[in-house]
Amino acid sequence: MHEMSLAESVLQVIEDAARHQRFTRVRTVWLEIGQLACVEPESLCFVLEQVTKGSIAEGARLEIVKIDGRGRCARCERAFPFPALHEPCPDCGSYQVEVTDGEQLRIRELEVE
Amino acid sequence: MCVQCGCGNGPTLIAGRTIRQKRGKVETLRFRTPEGRSPHGHAEASVPQHARLDYGTGAAGVHVPGLSQSRMLRIEQDILASNNAEAFGNRSYLAQRGIFALNLVSSPGSGKTTLLVKTIEALRGTIPLAVIEGDQQTDNDAERIRAAGAPALQINTGKGCHLDAHMVGLAMQRLDLREDSLLLIENVGNLVCPAAFDLGEARKVVILSVTEGEDKPLKYPDMFRAASLMLLNKCDLLPYLQFDPALAIDYARRINPGLGVMRISATGGTGMGEWLEWIAEGCRDSAAAKGPLRKEGQIE
Repeated sequence: MHEMSLAESVLQVIEDAARHQRFTRVRTVWLEIGQLACVEPESLCFVLEQVTKGSIAEGARLEIVKIDGRGRCARCERAFPFPALHEPCPDCGSYQVEVTDGEQLRIRELEVE
Repeated sequence: MCVQCGCGNGPTLIAGRTIRQKRGKVETLRFRTPEGRSPHGHAEASVPQHARLDYGTGAAGVHVPGLSQSRMLRIEQDILASNNAEAFGNRSYLAQRGIFALNLVSSPGSGKTTLLVKTIEALRGTIPLAVIEGDQQTDNDAERIRAAGAPALQINTGKGCHLDAHMVGLAMQRLDLREDSLLLIENVGNLVCPAAFDLGEARKVVILSVTEGEDKPLKYPDMFRAASLMLLNKCDLLPYLQFDPALAIDYARRINPGLGVMRISATGGTGMGEWLEWIAEGCRDSAAAKGPLRKEGQIE
């Protein structure tokens, strides 16, 4: 359940931003979460809801921007959707797949006041 | 803390003493999904009115704040950035001193601590080493390590399910590490969470014991992808088991084609020579490359 630590990190980033950017309330948080990132978006959401209680982000709306996994085969160089790490290249069957997208775990944007 | 499985944040102890939490407050947390279900699928009662969580694709690109005084702030920051920055600090500290650090990860019961004890005994008088032990509770593992003859510091993560770079940084300062030495970090027994947290180590070593299932690399891919080396432990038990080591290795390399593999038995001694030579080579390389790290992103 490392989502708890990640939620704490999200709040830390928000509180740091509040100090520098001088805002007192967060209305919306956009998180980018890749399909291949080590996190369960739903878990992160409900933990965040709890972690932000009593903070400037209490009650903020969470928008999860899901990023599809993509891979490129190291053998035949084909690029393809890569939803799970155990998938082979759909063309040549090789497991030598380099992840090209879908590992994001980022705070993209905040709506603040 | 989660009432179903007990996970969550508790006080972190290093050598039995509390450390300051990054965000000051520690409170009891209850877990609820917006739909009113618990994470484990049980029905659960009331959900607060303000719980408005949307899972759909976001509208950040087209959002118009309207007539309110709200404004949009572009943040673009990795959620793990603060851990990664602390890990870089640890890695710099280790690089300056030529210390080779390993992060040992596995399920509970794979034989990590026994492996460490046997490794310490075998390396006695050759490579100076120290151990950081991570467990939710008890000092048992650190005591086993000390009894084997190595300095050890126990981190108790409380309810936490993994070590992070901040804890390891504090532990490293207390251990008085020697130059050109070996640092072994035994992570909390957990095949999921420690994968996401860089501690500043040179390599992650994942231990899979043959009393587990061959398909663990497929079920828990993040850890096998993050590791450089897989130790297939308890191989002396293979005659009594249905476990197919070739299949387990094949699965692990589907996830991570570059993964090194060694078949060992920490108790029986099989394969330990190869493991010890791998460590010695890592120590030689770290000592030879001793010096400042250039900058974040250029290592590993």
